[in-house]
Amino acid sequence: MKVRILVRLKPGVLDPQGRAVHHSLEGMGFDAVTDVRIGRLIEMDVADGTSDSTLHSMCSGLLANTVIEDFVIEKLEPESA
Amino acid sequence: MAFTAAVITFPGSNCDRDIAVALEAVTGAAPRRIWHGDADLPSGLDFIALPGGFSYGDYLRVGAMAAKSPIMHAVVAAAERGVPVLGICNGFQILCESGLLPGVLMRNATQRFVCRTVGLEVINTASPFTAGFAKGEVIRVPVAHHDGNYFADTPTLDSLEAEDRIAFRYAAPCNGSQRDIAGVLSANGRVLGMMPHPERAMAEVAHASLGGADGRRVFESVIASLVSA
Repeated sequence: MKVRILVRLKPGVLDPQGRAVHHSLEGMGFDAVTDVRIGRLIEMDVADGTSDSTLHSMCSGLLANTVIEDFVIEKLEPESA
Repeated sequence: MAFTAAVITFPGSNCDRDIAVALEAVTGAAPRRIWHGDADLPSGLDFIALPGGFSYGDYLRVGAMAAKSPIMHAVVAAAERGVPVLGICNGFQILCESGLLPGVLMRNATQRFVCRTVGLEVINTASPFTAGFAKGEVIRVPVAHHDGNYFADTPTLDSLEAEDRIAFRYAAPCNGSQRDIAGVLSANGRVLGMMPHPERAMAEVAHASLGGADGRRVFESVIASLVSA
């Protein structure tokens, strides 16, 4: 099963990286940008039948730091019948 | 007295030798050097140091994977028994990721690597690491980091202040840290994480730009606290 994890900074947490990229976009003349926030995309192949709670534990235990980050788990392929 | 210290080396640590030299300078004995993949610490340790560097290349988040290294189970257990644990720079980041200290170190708000000697105000003087300082004293210790921007939510910051768990504050804003926090203590005061490098401020003999000797007092405080305990 393929799983995609989206890790994003929580709202309100300052994102210096996003701010720098925003600044560069403005410097290139893209005036329409009002905010940039940068997160992380993690794609994993895991054994079929891996439970939601196990995936959740991977995220809260290592892949995201829940002090500053939220995560979303997306299962890309349904488990094989 | 025999003072037995351990310095943990992770893949990508680069201040482990500096701390070992600093500890030998103040204790007269070379510390035990421990590889992160070891499962156990030597028995009878008086002090554990987690060095600066770029463990695991700072992949994922600074300190995140080092915090899951096999040796960290033993470090957490030792900290819970009351063994003083000092994490410096990347060591501080690892302590936060391991859960021994609250909060997290984020990219500097300035987006710049900061490398200079800074003033630190001593806030807590009750811990083993800070008992040798005067409250409100400003000491000089070098910093060198890209990810030293301390972040925790407001209730956590309020409780750190109420419980006297802020060891040091930057005398002037340094990296965007919440409330200018440079060093944080655990609830029992036995674990200290700090971004500045006391092991780089061990002697006055060098040129003033090289850090001075205020860092040495952190290590001397730990030893004095064990003698008096």
